[in-house]
Amino acid sequence: MAELDTSGGGKHKGGKVRSKKSSTRVDMTAMVDLAFLLITFFILSTTLNKPKAMDMAMPDKDEQNTQLPVAASRTMTVLLGSKDKLEWYMGEPGKSAPTVDNYGKEGLRKALIENSDKVKSTHGGQPMIVLIKPSDKSNYANLVAALDELNIANIDIHAIVDITPVEIADLKKNGIY
Amino acid sequence: MPRVKIARKSTVTDMTAMCDVAFLLLTFFIMTAKFKQEDPVPVAIPAYSKTVVLPEDNIATITIGKDKVFFGVEGVNIRKMTLEEVGKLYNTTFTPTETQVFSTLPTFGVPISELKAYLGMDPEQMKKYTQPGIPIDSVSNQLYNWIHKAREADKALNNKALRITIKCDSKEEYPTVGRVIAILQKQKVNKFSLITTTKAAN
Repeated sequence: MAELDTSGGGKHKGGKVRSKKSSTRVDMTAMVDLAFLLITFFILSTTLNKPKAMDMAMPDKDEQNTQLPVAASRTMTVLLGSKDKLEWYMGEPGKSAPTVDNYGKEGLRKALIENSDKVKSTHGGQPMIVLIKPSDKSNYANLVAALDELNIANIDIHAIVDITPVEIADLKKNGIY
Repeated sequence: MPRVKIARKSTVTDMTAMCDVAFLLLTFFIMTAKFKQEDPVPVAIPAYSKTVVLPEDNIATITIGKDKVFFGVEGVNIRKMTLEEVGKLYNTTFTPTETQVFSTLPTFGVPISELKAYLGMDPEQMKKYTQPGIPIDSVSNQLYNWIHKAREADKALNNKALRITIKCDSKEEYPTVGRVIAILQKQKVNKFSLITTTKAAN
C-alpha cells in the first residue's frame, strides 16, 4: 500500500532463474494507527475520569457556647419542598409571609442577590446569613442546587439546619410538601 | 539541454521506532489506567459550578441510592484493618480468604450479619446478588462503626485524616442524606465532600 516499487526490474540475461528475494519489511502503518488510537483512548479515559466534588462544612453541633448572637433580620431561611419548589422568608418564622419560588436564575438566585444587597445596605455592610432547611420531601439534587445558587450569589455564610414542624405546616399550606 | 531527472525516492518511512514508542506509551497508559468502578445502584450525580478534584487515595466514599447506603474505602490495607476491627465489634472473625475478598471490593452494602455469606460467594453470584445496603437506623447503626473504624485504620496506617465523600443520587429524598450527614457529625466529621459533576455557572 504505502510502498512503491523502486527497484530496476531489469531482466536477468540468461543463466539460472533466481528466486526473487522478498523484502523483510513489514508494513507497520496499520499497527501504528491502532496503537495511537488506543493511546488516545487511554489518555482521554484516564484524565477525564477524575472524580470531582464540592466541599461541605457543617457547623459543629457540640460547641454551643461559641455561638454569637446574630440579628434575625440578617438571616434568610430557605425551605426546600417537594416538586422542585422552595420557599423563603427573611427574619424570624411567621413574621413575614414566605415566598414560593423555584430553583434557578429567575427564582432563588434573584431572591438571594436582592436580599443580600438589602441586608448589606440596612446592616452597614454585614453579610446575609442563609439557613437551608431541607424538608423530608425534597431530594438531594434540590439541596445541591440550593448550595450552588449560594455559591453563585457569593454568600459565604450558610448552614444546613433541620426543619421545624411550623415550617413543614407552612410548606403543606403552600402545597409543596 | 538534458532534462534534470529527479531521483524518485521511496515513500517508505521506517516506522519501527515510532511503533516502539507508541506501544511503550500504550503499555504505560494501560498499566496506569484506573477504570471507573461500577456503582452497586445507579447513581446520577447532580451538578455544581465550583468543584475541586478529589485525590485518588486516602478517601472513603459513601454511596447513596434507592434508600440504600454503601460504603467503600480506598487502599487494601485500610480495608483489611477496617474489616478486622468492625468484626471485633460484632464478634465476627473473618478467614484470610474472606479478608482477601473484602480487600478487593471497591464498595459494599451488606449488613455485618450477612457479610460472611456475601464474601463466600463467587464473583458471578456476587454480581447478581442485590445488596440490601448497610443499616443506618438507630437500632443498628453499622455505618457509624464502619466509618469510625476506617478513620481509625487510616490514622494508624497512614497518619492522615480520612477524607469522607458522599456520592448520592439526585433523586434520593433528603431524609437518607440527612441521616448520613448526622452520622458523620456524630463523630465530629464536619467537613466532607459531595461528589458532583461540574457545570458552567449560567
